[in-house]
Amino acid sequence: MPFIPHTEDDVREMLGTIGASSIAELFDEIPAELRIDDLTGVPDALSEMEISRLMRERAARDGGALCFIGAGAYEHHIPTVVWDIATRGEYYSAYTPYQAEASQGTLQTIYEYQSMITALTGLDASNASLYDGASALAEAALMAVRVNRRSQSTRVLLAAGVNPTWQKVAHAIAGTQGLRFDRLALDVESGTTDLAALDAAGEAPVAVVIQQPSFLGTLEDVDRLTDWAHAQGAIVIGMCNPTSLALLKPPGRWGETGADVACGEGQPLGVPLSSGGPYFGYMTCKESMVRQMPGRIVGRTTDLDGKKGFTLTLQAREQHIRRSKATSNICTNQGLMVTAATIYMSLLGYEGLAQVARASHERTAELLRRLTAIDGVERIFSGPHFHEAALRLDRPVRPALDALAAQGILGGYDLGRDFPELGNALLVCATETKTDADLDRYAEALAGIAAG
Amino acid sequence: MSELPGDLLYTSEHEWLRKEDDGSITIGITDHAQAALGDLVYVELPEVGQEVTAGGEMAVVESVKAASDVYSPLSGEVIAVNDELADDPQKINSDPYGDGWIARVRPEGESEETMTPDEYQEFLDELED
Repeated sequence: MPFIPHTEDDVREMLGTIGASSIAELFDEIPAELRIDDLTGVPDALSEMEISRLMRERAARDGGALCFIGAGAYEHHIPTVVWDIATRGEYYSAYTPYQAEASQGTLQTIYEYQSMITALTGLDASNASLYDGASALAEAALMAVRVNRRSQSTRVLLAAGVNPTWQKVAHAIAGTQGLRFDRLALDVESGTTDLAALDAAGEAPVAVVIQQPSFLGTLEDVDRLTDWAHAQGAIVIGMCNPTSLALLKPPGRWGETGADVACGEGQPLGVPLSSGGPYFGYMTCKESMVRQMPGRIVGRTTDLDGKKGFTLTLQAREQHIRRSKATSNICTNQGLMVTAATIYMSLLGYEGLAQVARASHERTAELLRRLTAIDGVERIFSGPHFHEAALRLDRPVRPALDALAAQGILGGYDLGRDFPELGNALLVCATETKTDADLDRYAEALAGIAAG
Repeated sequence: MSELPGDLLYTSEHEWLRKEDDGSITIGITDHAQAALGDLVYVELPEVGQEVTAGGEMAVVESVKAASDVYSPLSGEVIAVNDELADDPQKINSDPYGDGWIARVRPEGESEETMTPDEYQEFLDELED
């Protein structure tokens, strides 16, 4: 798609056509006191040369550290061809073109993406993606309220292992619309939701959110939690790492009738770790709920000549048509990230994704074997894990992580802030990217610190 | 414009009401409303047993180009809904005053102002001017 800016002549002609004398006049109806004329505190613009240099320096500061942090964002091998294709001129755009008459390739790519995500999650319909996993959780909670008209509750109950940062984001977005986010109790022995305490969970919630694998790396009894939530009259929202779904039971098959909505962070599917983003959120649901789903949806249809074609569908949900009654103010998607994810999934195939998942699980098991051989390092939870697990150190976590960082190792995520009840707890992750030598390097460095 | 059925009452929101023998009120949208919306693809019905209030949202009708709220012209309890609209929303297009009915409400309390067929016809004529 060519980008051709307006010339001064174009602007003058357009203003003349509508009878306006200047661009500024178009903003006349905004009261003067609401307008900001100067941007105090914003530094002057940099030249291309200066900004390139600044970004290079910042990138160098990230360095080439050996990364064992997961906690919601995961380092996976991304075949070079993924971003080779995704950044071709036909795909590469800051904005997703949706016009059916001009964008059949883009629309088909999104449609294929939706098909793949519904297959992974075991649900019927997918949107074209959301901003990230955390905002997807907020949108899923708001969707649950719209779907669950029988429930009078505004309470969204989170399983004990829901990502605490995502909870904060969901509260920031949906809290202002009256939703309350509460957490179920954690069983500190198993690292999963305390099933024995479910009966004391209080007011029946409008929705229950279950993260699998949990933020602590453990596996929840999703069948029991799903059935319990449904018995409470709640909508069940499953939040899964998409890589794990190549091995684990998809949310659409949890319990007797399956989770109703699935959402999560799509970053592991071909999107690199990059100073915090951009990432993308995925969301799927049962067919009966599709009209309450937020965001863009691409559908397949046939044109007047009977040929297959792709177009946005179910747009009456959206804010450009439905105005204040729209399902959401999200009217866009993360098109480029989704393109990369679609290419990544196509290249790997189902078996390839399962290999990545199995290798990551095996690498984490190997890492745990090496680290727990060190005096003063033990696993906190004994149950099964996917590619992440919590360790307890015999000393404060923060200084240990600082000492590892000084040796070029990002040793994991300090759980102390969000889960103080777990003591000196460290969440570690190893994916298929880690070799035996990498694991040895981490274990030797940590052993040195533990002996200090 | 086809003849307006004489046995119905109408609202300025383009809904019609029919008083049934048992005292309940059947509600739908008018021929004018369905024509303005175009081919309907979905109807979100209220639930039986749900309380509706006069002037409040009762249902949503969605066409390929728009989605509109259907407001309840009176307060009361929904005692029946037209389930067939779930599979065939275009019944509203083909037969707005008959098979395209939306819900039946047992009135309790207040109701919105209604118009006779003649008054509604006049209202429509004014809209077109």
